[in-house]
Amino acid sequence: MRVLAIDTSNLVLSVAVVEEARVLGEMMTNLQKNHSVRLMDSISGLMDELNLLPDELAGIAVAQGPGSYTGVRIGVATAKSMAWALGIPVVGVSSLQAVAMNAAGFSGGIVPMFDARRGQVYTGGYRTQEDGSVALALPERIVLLREWLDALSEEWGDSPMMFLGDDVAMHRDLIAQRMGRRAVFAPAAFNHPRAAHIGWLGIRRLAEAGSPHDMVPEYLQVAEAEAKWLAKQNG
Amino acid sequence: MKRQNEPRYIERVREHYRRRREAGKPVFILGVETSCDETSAAVIQDGTLVLANVIASQAEVHKRFGGVVPEVASRRHVENITLTIEEALDKAGKTLEEIDAIAVTYGPGLVGALLVGVAAAKAISFARGIPLIGVHHIAGHIYANRLVTEMRFPLVALVVSGGHTELVLMKEHGSYEILGETRDDAAGEAYDKVARALGLPYPGGPHIDRLAHEGEANVPLPRAWLEPDSYDFSFSGLKSAVLNTLHNASQRGETIEPANLAASFQASVVEVLVEKTIRAAKAHEARQVLLAGGVAANRGLRAALTERCEQEGLALVIPPLSLCTDNAAMIAAAGYIDYLKGNFAGLDLNGIAGLPLSDRTMD
Ligand SMILES: [Zn+2]
Repeated sequence: MRVLAIDTSNLVLSVAVVEEARVLGEMMTNLQKNHSVRLMDSISGLMDELNLLPDELAGIAVAQGPGSYTGVRIGVATAKSMAWALGIPVVGVSSLQAVAMNAAGFSGGIVPMFDARRGQVYTGGYRTQEDGSVALALPERIVLLREWLDALSEEWGDSPMMFLGDDVAMHRDLIAQRMGRRAVFAPAAFNHPRAAHIGWLGIRRLAEAGSPHDMVPEYLQVAEAEAKWLAKQNG
Repeated sequence: MKRQNEPRYIERVREHYRRRREAGKPVFILGVETSCDETSAAVIQDGTLVLANVIASQAEVHKRFGGVVPEVASRRHVENITLTIEEALDKAGKTLEEIDAIAVTYGPGLVGALLVGVAAAKAISFARGIPLIGVHHIAGHIYANRLVTEMRFPLVALVVSGGHTELVLMKEHGSYEILGETRDDAAGEAYDKVARALGLPYPGGPHIDRLAHEGEANVPLPRAWLEPDSYDFSFSGLKSAVLNTLHNASQRGETIEPANLAASFQASVVEVLVEKTIRAAKAHEARQVLLAGGVAANRGLRAALTERCEQEGLALVIPPLSLCTDNAAMIAAAGYIDYLKGNFAGLDLNGIAGLPLSDRTMD
């Protein structure tokens, strides 16, 4: 069984084709732009290299967010449309979990994060599982980084925590200052999401996939205009 | 490292095209349109016959914001896109197996919204080896007319909507020359702004049109003719004049009958649109005048243009309302011309907010 995996939810573009027990191929670029232009050519190029045709795919796994709204939509729209056209299942995988997978095996807390502007981050807390994956321990959220670091101290106490993601660099000083020696900063390559992880996580959940029509992004927050409108209704 | 062979996608598309052209069967184009707030998919036969034209409108959603919110529109598109496409195929009684090409709007429009349709169309094209065609949204509006009657060249098209006001000359299929366009607000935009000033709900066009018929055009308002030879439009001065009139009246403690103001505003917009269109049609010896875009629903504009075209002996085509507002049937109709020319897009097709309407004629 072969599954195509896609991540365009943040700055990195990554695509992979995986089987249950191995990665057939993976492509990752950190050009930080033009996901719309490059995604389909990247998929096409990788599948040509692997000598695979689309109808040889058994499913698709996609980074569902959080992340750049537009980036998430490009990935999700592409994945659900391809799955629908091929009559195969599509599953969404958290973009944060994809990054957290780079730290699978780490015995402390695993903290992937993406910057969400105005001092906020998209983040969550993960822990290594016996099967070699990582599972959510502290729910994903959009939160002020300061508040998040306080919450981590409360939840995880003196345990070491590995901070992951391209955007950790811009918050490194604050994290180091607040968390002290508990903070572990990952090697550079661990910061980038890899579609191979998304494929590996997704392939094990293909059976539970719903209709491709129901696949929607996970933004973690409503659109600003909608938030304002809702506040006005309740205020 | 340079690839030795062409991507297999291109081979598959070429094979698809060759096989289906040789079969000599009717051509079925799947259209996809997501440039603003309508998610639409359609199937049309041979560029002229609508088999299905499904429009998932978001108008109700955006009403509460008093205008289209791009982020909200984009979110809805991604929720609706495959459902809408499937519904169009079902209604047409077709499967992807029977589709000759996918035509998608790639601009102009809201970029986030465009990207959803473009991503979906590319994904389906790649999955099934179906040729992909990128369509300019204005070309789509113009080709809505071909779903009503055959086009006769040269023709002059007036495209007016919330997003655009363009006067286009076509000398043959697939060839577009912009004679004039708005230098500031689109006509529909001016309608929305004036409607807001009059306390009318969004979208304002239909409300102003209705009010205008109840009033008398007795409030003096300017007409922006610009330079004598220009086919361009400008509506921001008119919009300001309306706002000033309201403001001054309230300063003096007077009230202006909204119906009269609406009638006067509409008279000014319509006169400029109609006279420039007639002048362009005569200058280019047009055999047909087309009206397209959402504002084509405006009764005042339809009536005035009909009357002037009759006076001048010009053949006028106005598609039914369902084809004037944004829809995918018109996109598929425009895409059919590219299909016949084998003018296909690559997988790197992008959504472009400010896409120019260039001459797409190919040898
Ligand atoms: Zn339009």
